[in-house]
Amino acid sequence: MDNNLKKVNIYAIYLGSIILILPLVAFFINAFSFRWFYPQLIPNELSMQAWVRLKLIPKEGFRSLDGFIDLWLSNPAIIKALVNSVTIGVIVTIVSIIIALPAARVLGLLNFRFKKLIIFIMISPTILPPIAFVLGLNINFISWGFSGSYWGVCLVHLVPIMPYVVLTMTGIFANYNPDFEHQARTLGANKIRTFYLITLPAIAPGMVVAALFAFLVSWSQYLLTFLIGAGKVTTLPLLVFATASSGNPPLTAAISLVFIFPAIVILFFTSKFVSGNSSATSGFGKI
Amino acid sequence: MGGDKLKIVLSLTPPLLIIGTLFFGGILYGFLQSLGYQPSIGKYDINFDAYYNVMFSERYAKLFWSGLALNLWVSFVSTFLAAVLALWGALSIRKTFFAKKICNFIFSLNLPMPHLVVAVGMIFVFSQSGLLARFFTQIGFIASPSEFPILVKDKYGFGIILAYVWKEAAFFFIILMSVLQSLGENFEELAQSLGANKWQRFRYVILPLVMPNLFSASIIVFAFSFGAYEVPAILGVNYPQMLPVMALDFFLNPDLNARSEGMALSMIIAMIVMILVVIYFWLTQSKIRKD
Repeated sequence: MDNNLKKVNIYAIYLGSIILILPLVAFFINAFSFRWFYPQLIPNELSMQAWVRLKLIPKEGFRSLDGFIDLWLSNPAIIKALVNSVTIGVIVTIVSIIIALPAARVLGLLNFRFKKLIIFIMISPTILPPIAFVLGLNINFISWGFSGSYWGVCLVHLVPIMPYVVLTMTGIFANYNPDFEHQARTLGANKIRTFYLITLPAIAPGMVVAALFAFLVSWSQYLLTFLIGAGKVTTLPLLVFATASSGNPPLTAAISLVFIFPAIVILFFTSKFVSGNSSATSGFGKI
Repeated sequence: MGGDKLKIVLSLTPPLLIIGTLFFGGILYGFLQSLGYQPSIGKYDINFDAYYNVMFSERYAKLFWSGLALNLWVSFVSTFLAAVLALWGALSIRKTFFAKKICNFIFSLNLPMPHLVVAVGMIFVFSQSGLLARFFTQIGFIASPSEFPILVKDKYGFGIILAYVWKEAAFFFIILMSVLQSLGENFEELAQSLGANKWQRFRYVILPLVMPNLFSASIIVFAFSFGAYEVPAILGVNYPQMLPVMALDFFLNPDLNARSEGMALSMIIAMIVMILVVIYFWLTQSKIRKD
């Protein structure tokens, strides 16, 4: 079979790649430009102005280690949002893994009645749009006192994350042989030792992927944080949205670059695991 | 077996509790509110007024039906275009050529990008002072920004469609690549040796083989784009407005009576998505039975 692509198709692929990468190029130009007037294609002067205004990088003359530390310790909005996003993401990831671990084990290894129904219930948040549950939940959370609190936001982030973590880990346990655990137990290891020495190493690679996805889904939540955080919990996506609406391209571009940085890093680390058969992939489609 | 049963129940309870109370609880409460049940402002009667108001009242009917039409148009077109683009990309990138790896990476690059950022990127590229408008001015195609077509914040939803195509094409692409990889080229070689030409190999060999995955991915993408808020909020206009944006506007309205309308809208969105998913399952099930 002819394995070489026709010339015309090659050019089309190149053109497609260039078009697909244009937004990213635009982000970089905007974030490092100053007075980028129409119709210049490339700005005349590069500038860190947007980053200085964002208070992520100190003014010229103060760009020493001390300058950075002083600036960041003054707790500007971007640092606050970054800290919030990371904290919420990490908490939600850890909690979701701990909750999903036993459930995934049972779903992956055992057969029982209603298993299909339970899996269907677990994945239902991936099918219906978040707006369907968050409006009702918003009012409940106000009456429960969760509204506007970190815990409320963490709790609501669990809803879109839980299905992916459970599904990904169920997949791991479906290919896992629990006999090794029995052997360790008969050789005298206790439950905790068995978990650390036998179970954990076997499921660790898949668990890391599940954790990275969980973090990424939490990282990119806008609507849920906005409605449950009630303006009191500002995360990065909220900052991106607010800046985008206010119309300052360099600033918007700079925040967006901060916002997508972990996403691209995670793609690098997980590209090996990202395939159409992985339930994590469908998580990517939703962020 | 008794111990097993207890273990199963104990292991499954925490995630089911979270999804049960937060997700289904939220939907149930939203549904009750859409029926006018709002104890917080002293309304306890149940009726379908909010649904009627949203769909048929003189004030909102036009907004609703134009919004629904925009929703259907945006979701169908963006799903279809993303699928076609990805299919073409995946079939081409399978072959060997210069810089294949880089192209492959770029085609999957949009996968982890949040929709929010993709929407902002569309403004930077396609607005009248965006990258493309500047490029066309430089090469002398247009003389001023106003000659560049309005592609973002336009009433036909082009900007929204572009954003979804950008983002979801990468999603389709990854899925198609893995399907094509697992199929190998045996089927095509067989078809070729039997005298099938290029088009026939595509139409009667590749397409039926990738169709199940392509179809289920389409359902996910359609359902998502039908109910998502961020992209239409950034790239949309006030009229016509996509339903999720409209629902949130109602919900955030200081007039608490408008809340029921917002809830009713979100229930309508959810119901349409649900009907779609049921049709999908029904279609695939009946197909399996036929086979």
